[in-house]
Amino acid sequence: MPLFSKKHDLIARTITALLGVGALGGAAAYTYLSHPKVIDVGYQPKQPVPYSHKLHAGNLGMDCFYCHNTVEKAAHAAIPSTETCMNCHVRVKPQSPLLAPIRDSYAANKSMEWVKVHKLPDYVFFNHSAHINAGVSCVSCHGRVDQMIEVKQVQPLSMGWCLECHRNPAANLRPVELVTRLDWKPDRDPVEIGREIIAEKKIAPPVQCSGCHR
Amino acid sequence: MSLVQIQQIQATGKKYWRSLNELANTAEFRSWVEKEFPGGTDILEGDSRRNILKLMAASFGLAGMAACSRPVEKVMPMTKGVEDLIPGKPLYYNTVFSLSKNVIGITVESHDGRPTKVEGNPNHPLSRGKATGYAQASILNLYDPERTYQVTQGHRESSWEKWDKFVETDLSPERLGKGTGVRVVTETIVSPALMEVKKAFLARYQEAKWIEYDAVNDAGSVAASRAVYGQPLQPHYHYDKADVVVSLDSDFLGLDSPSPAVVNDFSKRRKVENPKDEMNRLYVVESQFSVTGAMADHRVRSKASDIEGFAAALARELGVLADLNVLSGASDKAQKALMAIVRDLKKSAGKSIVIAGPRQSVRAHALALMINQALGNVGATVTFTPALYEEQGDSFAQLVQDINAQRVNTILMLGGNPVFRATRGEKIYAAFEQIKNRVFLGFDNNETAAQSNWILPEAYYLEAWGDARASDGTASIQQPLIQPLHGGRSVLEVTAQLAGYKLRKGYDIVKDYWTAQWPAAERESRWRKSLHDGVIAGTQLQAVKPAYDAKKVSLPPAANKISGAEVVFVQSWSMYDGRFANNAWMQETPDPMTKVVWDNAALISPATAKKLGLVDGDMLKLTVGGRSMEAAALVQPGQADDSVTLPIGWGRVEVGRVGRGTGFNANIIRTTDNKHISPVEISKGTGTYQLVTTQEHHSMEGRPIVREAPIEEYRKEPEFAKEMVEAPDESIYGWWDYSKGNQWGMAIDLNACIGCNACLVACQSENNIPSVGKDQVSRGREMHWIRLDRYYSGDADDAEAVLQPLPCMQCENAPCESVCPVAATTHSPEGLNDMAYNRCVGTRYCLNNCPYKVRRFNFLNYHKEMPEMEHMASNPDVTVRMRGVMEKCTYCVQRIQEKKIQAKLEGHRELRDGEIQTACQQTCPADAIVFGNINDPESAVSKLKSQPRNYALLAEVNTRPRTTYLARLRNPNPELETPHAEVKHG
Repeated sequence: MPLFSKKHDLIARTITALLGVGALGGAAAYTYLSHPKVIDVGYQPKQPVPYSHKLHAGNLGMDCFYCHNTVEKAAHAAIPSTETCMNCHVRVKPQSPLLAPIRDSYAANKSMEWVKVHKLPDYVFFNHSAHINAGVSCVSCHGRVDQMIEVKQVQPLSMGWCLECHRNPAANLRPVELVTRLDWKPDRDPVEIGREIIAEKKIAPPVQCSGCHR
Repeated sequence: MSLVQIQQIQATGKKYWRSLNELANTAEFRSWVEKEFPGGTDILEGDSRRNILKLMAASFGLAGMAACSRPVEKVMPMTKGVEDLIPGKPLYYNTVFSLSKNVIGITVESHDGRPTKVEGNPNHPLSRGKATGYAQASILNLYDPERTYQVTQGHRESSWEKWDKFVETDLSPERLGKGTGVRVVTETIVSPALMEVKKAFLARYQEAKWIEYDAVNDAGSVAASRAVYGQPLQPHYHYDKADVVVSLDSDFLGLDSPSPAVVNDFSKRRKVENPKDEMNRLYVVESQFSVTGAMADHRVRSKASDIEGFAAALARELGVLADLNVLSGASDKAQKALMAIVRDLKKSAGKSIVIAGPRQSVRAHALALMINQALGNVGATVTFTPALYEEQGDSFAQLVQDINAQRVNTILMLGGNPVFRATRGEKIYAAFEQIKNRVFLGFDNNETAAQSNWILPEAYYLEAWGDARASDGTASIQQPLIQPLHGGRSVLEVTAQLAGYKLRKGYDIVKDYWTAQWPAAERESRWRKSLHDGVIAGTQLQAVKPAYDAKKVSLPPAANKISGAEVVFVQSWSMYDGRFANNAWMQETPDPMTKVVWDNAALISPATAKKLGLVDGDMLKLTVGGRSMEAAALVQPGQADDSVTLPIGWGRVEVGRVGRGTGFNANIIRTTDNKHISPVEISKGTGTYQLVTTQEHHSMEGRPIVREAPIEEYRKEPEFAKEMVEAPDESIYGWWDYSKGNQWGMAIDLNACIGCNACLVACQSENNIPSVGKDQVSRGREMHWIRLDRYYSGDADDAEAVLQPLPCMQCENAPCESVCPVAATTHSPEGLNDMAYNRCVGTRYCLNNCPYKVRRFNFLNYHKEMPEMEHMASNPDVTVRMRGVMEKCTYCVQRIQEKKIQAKLEGHRELRDGEIQTACQQTCPADAIVFGNINDPESAVSKLKSQPRNYALLAEVNTRPRTTYLARLRNPNPELETPHAEVKHG
């Protein structure tokens, strides 16, 4: 003997179905919305000093490596020390109020507190030097930083996105000398250039777990 | 608002929308609104006003998503760069580690200004690139949050300034005069600079007395050479030149090992590459079952107090001395063994070693020296250098007498823990409190600190300048890797202050001491070179050939025989003399033979246990001269009857949270007269105690896990190891092609491995492996990625043992990979079994399926309780795993990747064999573990794997492990019966 009347049974089933769809829909929405390409792309936090890459790297033509000097030899691309800024700014605009935090940091010997824009999880071990040495340009992952007044993350830096290139690196490789020329356009097919570099350097980007997860 | 519309807005590049965080932030939204609508909407184009409204609406709706944006993280670079320091790239500095008189050169890896890993210094002749378990664990000691951090006077906070003032007023020649009542107690001084400052101190206070005290003391060998050669000499044994080694209670591969070089030399003669090679032969006469006994080809069980008699009988049979008492009361077995040993020694005259252990009497040492002399070993396998360190003699007993007679008014205890480590046979506490100035400069608030009225924090060796001289003369500078974490000062600096020395800072004293010995033009360059190399060139002593006159030998009298039970005090494998009590890594490192963790146990033989009616865990009461203590008993196969082995260094009372309540204090029944071996009354104690071991099982359940054979069997059938099982060779999936590129593999030589656990501690240090505590180990949850299994064979009384290191086998056909539901463990193209911690959900199916049980699961969040300071010891190149995540040996994949990237940076060159060293391989003193590329036929590992002794563990399960073993061989004397003449299966 059925417990509920047909009408109530129908209501119960409809509500369950709606809840089920709602739950699935919510899960899907959450999964999508918590993906790096939604959350991280476009992240453009306010920095303690309005340092403009467009001015320094773009207009003034300073090389990326002048400040981020460890990127060719080490895993971390170091944010420059206060001293690096003061190399010029002890004479250039020495009274500018915008540069006051830099001068204070240098005088009081207290670190500048920059906000980190590109962040990978702790269980990922990314090595800049391996990429620079292979011929991956800064622009492939960081975009046209030399045109950014405030640094913005333009690529999701998710595992799937990294694997896209790791599985097919040819399109993103260039001669090592041109790595910091963010506006470089290849004169011939970039994939062909990449293939030559792969053959010459025996480039084999890891696609196994231990390549990045240790 | 639909998701598609959100995407469209993103594509147009409107800044404010991307950052959901900013949108939810009301203030930000406000300012945005104000900026975008300064004079109305005419600034905006066309339908963008509608977009703005859509944005406004959606922002409220999705404001809840704001929390989904990641938290703000700061990057804080240095203000001024430091030369050579690249964030994240480790630097390496050479320094030196000393434990009593054992000095080894070490290379310490430093990440961002803090030391994280200790390795051996390849330039140092006594370490040869290997570091002991103690040296590896000392990193955790450095970051011990319970170190003394505060200058204390009378149990109240004080400061270094107040101490400086006190020294000026109270500890000055005006107050102390000639120092008649002044006593200084330190550990054995191995530092030449400190010896210099000590001289200055004793020149200032001419009647003061300086006592160097060590709980673990090897006085016998130096005193014996005085008796035999008339001068104090330090013997050095060259095991690589010896065909026959006879150890008289010397655990020279283990507890009594002076350096990794000794183990390295010995293992060279154990490595048999093909059936034509010869192997050395090791006879061990001992009371406890040591790792040297496990390596022995023949082991004679004997009470420690009888071994002197054995030495005497050996001497008589070899014609060294006549008219000695016959080895009375010895079993037939021991008699037979003695005669066989004699014949074997005669055959290998000039190529043998007879060594007496530090617990034996001076007479036993002297007899051993005389036997070596008679056999022509001196100058070949046994060499001498002038002794650098004198015997302690009875200076400590004299000190106790002085204290009891109230002749002491100032006692300066610099370093160590003399109150705990002192043998307690003497009563000193009551008189101690009457000493006016009791100063302790120490590492932690230990038993000595509790009795002192001035407590000063000591700078650990990794924080202080100093130097050390090894027993062969090699001197090294000890350079700090980090500023003293608690503002401590070293023994050198405090002594210099008390001595009114011309220099006060450790750096100045050490530099001045050494550079003063060199010509002026070379001072700076030699100083830099010494710091860089880790050894000071030209300090190693030349061997001396002492003149020997049998008639001039003054042999000390024979010791009284102990007719009843005896107790033998040995230093602890993990605690040493108690200094590692608050070191969780050492507490959890199992004793190699008993596998007991977090405690010590009184070891008794099965026969003795039966006599007393004891089983494992029962309390045993030990009484020496009216003082008694109780310890948990453990039945140890192979232990001598009527002999109890009791490790010292446990049962500390004034210790941090890690060491509290661990073990039983042997010092209570230890006296200065009977420091090593003592007559004892044993009886059943009260109650039971839970002893936790990491290996409950002693057997191999019928499977050939450890494969061993006598060398003759190996010569007849070189591939005996492989032939013990039938390994299938088929797969329904087909095989992966591993013929290209680097393929990583490992070979472990069971003939070389002594089971010292150095690899275990090194792995723990390198891979951020947590310690879990006694309770969790009792549930089998210890986290060590490499473990040493110990298997007994033969009968319980006269057992043999083999030790087998077991890391992850990195199977090509891994049973763990196919059962992971989330593909958290996969196979790399280079043959590694990878583990992606972030993917693991913790089903533990992989652990279940692993036939070797080498996977470790984080049942609890073991890192949660770790104090902040201990985080500094972590290796930043390895993920720290949280609860619910499986982990296992990775062949140190972080090191593999580091070297591969480095090779790429250096022009995309090929990797060299031996360039990548796993942590276990790097520190193994016996070079038992070899790692490398098996696709390179010239690599060391390929050569080992092609040897006939090579076998895969559990090959019948078709896992195809990359880690294989080289079977153990024994070299029995054909005259003697061994309990296991044929190949065993466990």
